[in-house]
Amino acid sequence: MLDWADGLLRGFINPYYYGILVTIGINIILALSLNLVTGFTGQLHLGHAAFMAIGAYTAGLLATKAGVSFAPAVLAAGLAAAVAGVIVGLPTLRLRGDYLAIATLGFGEIVRITLLNLDITGGPFGLRGIPRQTNLPIVILAALFTFLVLRSLVHSRMGRALIAIREDEVAAQTMGIDTARLKVASFTLAAFFAGIAGALFAYWFRYLNPSSFGFMVSIELLAMVVFGGLGNLLGSVVGAGVMTYLPEFLRTVAPAIAERRLVFYGALLVIVMILRPNGLLGTSSEQGWLEIWLARRRSGPQAARGVATGETPPPASTGGAGRGPA
Amino acid sequence: MTGSTYALIALGYTMVYGVLQLINFAHGEIYMVGAFAGLLLVTVAQLPFPVALLLAMGITALLGVTIEFLAYRPLRRSSRLSVLISAIGMSIFVQNVALWIWGPSTRSFRPPFPVTPLSLGGLRTNTLELLTLALALLMMVGLHLLVTRTKLGKAMRAVAQDRETAALMGINVNRTIAFTFAIGSSLAAAAGVMVGMLFNAVVPNMGVMPGLKGFVAAVLGGIGHIPGAMLGGLLLGMAEVLGVALLSSQWRDAVAFAILIVVLLYRPSGLLGRRTQEKV
Amino acid sequence: MALLEVRDLTMEFGGLRAVDGVTFDVHEGEILSIIGPNGAGKTTVFNMLTGIYRPTGGEVVFRGHRLNDLKPHQITALGIARTFQNIRLFREMAVWENVVVGAHTRLKSDFFSSIFKGPGTRREERTARERAYAHLEFVGLRGLETTKARQLPYGAQRRLEIARALAAEPRLLLLDEPAAGMNAAETAELMDLIRRLKRQDITVILIEHDMRMVMDISERIVVLDHGKKIAEGTPAEVRQHEAVIAAYLGASARAGH
Repeated sequence: MLDWADGLLRGFINPYYYGILVTIGINIILALSLNLVTGFTGQLHLGHAAFMAIGAYTAGLLATKAGVSFAPAVLAAGLAAAVAGVIVGLPTLRLRGDYLAIATLGFGEIVRITLLNLDITGGPFGLRGIPRQTNLPIVILAALFTFLVLRSLVHSRMGRALIAIREDEVAAQTMGIDTARLKVASFTLAAFFAGIAGALFAYWFRYLNPSSFGFMVSIELLAMVVFGGLGNLLGSVVGAGVMTYLPEFLRTVAPAIAERRLVFYGALLVIVMILRPNGLLGTSSEQGWLEIWLARRRSGPQAARGVATGETPPPASTGGAGRGPA
Repeated sequence: MTGSTYALIALGYTMVYGVLQLINFAHGEIYMVGAFAGLLLVTVAQLPFPVALLLAMGITALLGVTIEFLAYRPLRRSSRLSVLISAIGMSIFVQNVALWIWGPSTRSFRPPFPVTPLSLGGLRTNTLELLTLALALLMMVGLHLLVTRTKLGKAMRAVAQDRETAALMGINVNRTIAFTFAIGSSLAAAAGVMVGMLFNAVVPNMGVMPGLKGFVAAVLGGIGHIPGAMLGGLLLGMAEVLGVALLSSQWRDAVAFAILIVVLLYRPSGLLGRRTQEKV
Repeated sequence: MALLEVRDLTMEFGGLRAVDGVTFDVHEGEILSIIGPNGAGKTTVFNMLTGIYRPTGGEVVFRGHRLNDLKPHQITALGIARTFQNIRLFREMAVWENVVVGAHTRLKSDFFSSIFKGPGTRREERTARERAYAHLEFVGLRGLETTKARQLPYGAQRRLEIARALAAEPRLLLLDEPAAGMNAAETAELMDLIRRLKRQDITVILIEHDMRMVMDISERIVVLDHGKKIAEGTPAEVRQHEAVIAAYLGASARAGH
């Protein structure tokens, strides 16, 4: 059935845009998962590309050296990255913001250097010969799955706990939240999705090189999340889309600017932080203007107030949309 | 040798962190700009070396202050995360602007004075390396005197401990922070110039690794603690040399990061730093 | 056995004894106040009771459990909740969300059921939300449920913190300077709130500087100074205690009349 859908899509979309959409899809998964750790749990994570790398190389090696087929390899990639997530998460749970960021950066670099130096991964020459088995419907499904899972998580007990950790870790502990365990869990889940994305990447580009997973890539992912809004899932989708497509677009229109895109990324990060510290599209509760507007059209301002935090209006037992006897 | 350059860079990090609780990611880029400034002043402007060095330090000091003003000062009241992201952004910005202006190729930086090889008790070295060491030591001593003996130094320490009270005591916090950046940046510039000559290479991405390693050194010695940064730099330099000898040169960078992670895990306050409890 | 037994509790910070050999009991259902000049170590005691600091000496026993080595979230599960001296709300969350987070320890859904919500989880979420609204009503924050916490006025924020702590269904509630910055009317409301808590069989330990409130509402008072307990007893006893008067230089004690 997927092949049928794929055939349909390829009929409408020319190969160039097809490729861009695949890349956007992969970046959406990466941005969403990074947002979980940095935007929702508040842990600045500068090594996300390393989780992607672990997933990519796991899938690549399983495909080329062990003849494992697509689905199991992708799953294994996710799990391998998840294990890495635990390994990174466990020690870092003691570290405060700045130190944690550097530790994740260090981890990312160690992964990259290791991949560069191991023979089995092809070292600086990379890993070749991975069959192309990713296609757009698969990527779309994966991205959708990631989005739905994370959205469900965010609006739940565990999701609230993660946000609480971001807002005030000590207070969160005092409210009964096992912050250590949850931080590790958040890293692990994010790593899992990043691993999947890495595997999809491997099966699309067919060739892996450690330089594709360096610090700069982690920064580009961070830029996507920041742009879209820390703690804003839809924003990450938009951020990934915009920041994947824009450089491509610029490359055709104004090559000089495209080459310098990192200059703009850097400036973008600084400027966005100064003007709108919650990211361009804000946190999800700010972005609720869309939902408020939609709710207002449906049933009037009362319901809209209750939707402001993205939830259904409060139960009738408390007297309707948050307003009761004075 | 490498240790002393790391130490100089580490000092800049530690000073800024002490005063602002900020990891200035752009510090590595400042080091790089210093190297370029020195190179251009010596080759293009044909200035004598001491003048070029001082001028490079001055220019970089200005750059550091500007960066603080643009990227960090507006965020003084914002969350840690915002400031960190801004720092990263600044780092990338500066590095890529340099790439834009000066191109990706490595430039040669021949010292404008003769370098004679020397032999000191079995160690092979030369005048350039000795000069570097001497300069580094001179600056560290100078910095130490500055911080402990002068009014500015006292102001820096006061702001590091408690910014609001320092302001209430009449200390011009903005100026003190600006000075901190200026001094830290000029030290990095000096390191950049010396390293540029030592390795005969100046290139826009030369700041990335040393920047990170300078940070590792600062953390190793206890971030916010100035003598610690010096100690950290030297230790890191030695550890790297050892690592290269034992493993292979390809893993050299990994050594630094491994040390970083180990330190962060087991002694986050560094070797000489003080443990701080979070106030509840 | 008392609900809470504090024995020879000590907290040493690199040579400085913030809390030095403090001993007292807290009985079920009572309202106990801890008072003392600034820096006497009161909040440090709270921090040790809630697991944020690990005592360097002595022990804390709550309902028969030794709390010394427990992590904060474990202590909350046992039934102790608190508010903070410098309000520590989850500022970007809505008011009701803050309260529901307080209930975290009483809810059951784990990661898996958080993501793939079955009917049980959904029911739990609904109930949690209803309870949160009830707690908000109890503290008088009706109608503000969807406001962001950081947009609340100061007095409301203090009350929100109490609602959040109540959501954890504690047996023992620690209030750290809940009346700070409140005017007379707000303080009176707060005292009424504390009395209502007592009627719900919640034991309350209060740190406060407002002497009028302390004398009015406390059943017993423990007085700390420089980390040591210098007096313990009923308000009447403490008011006349020499050491207490000396510690406060008489000023605030007399002002409490």
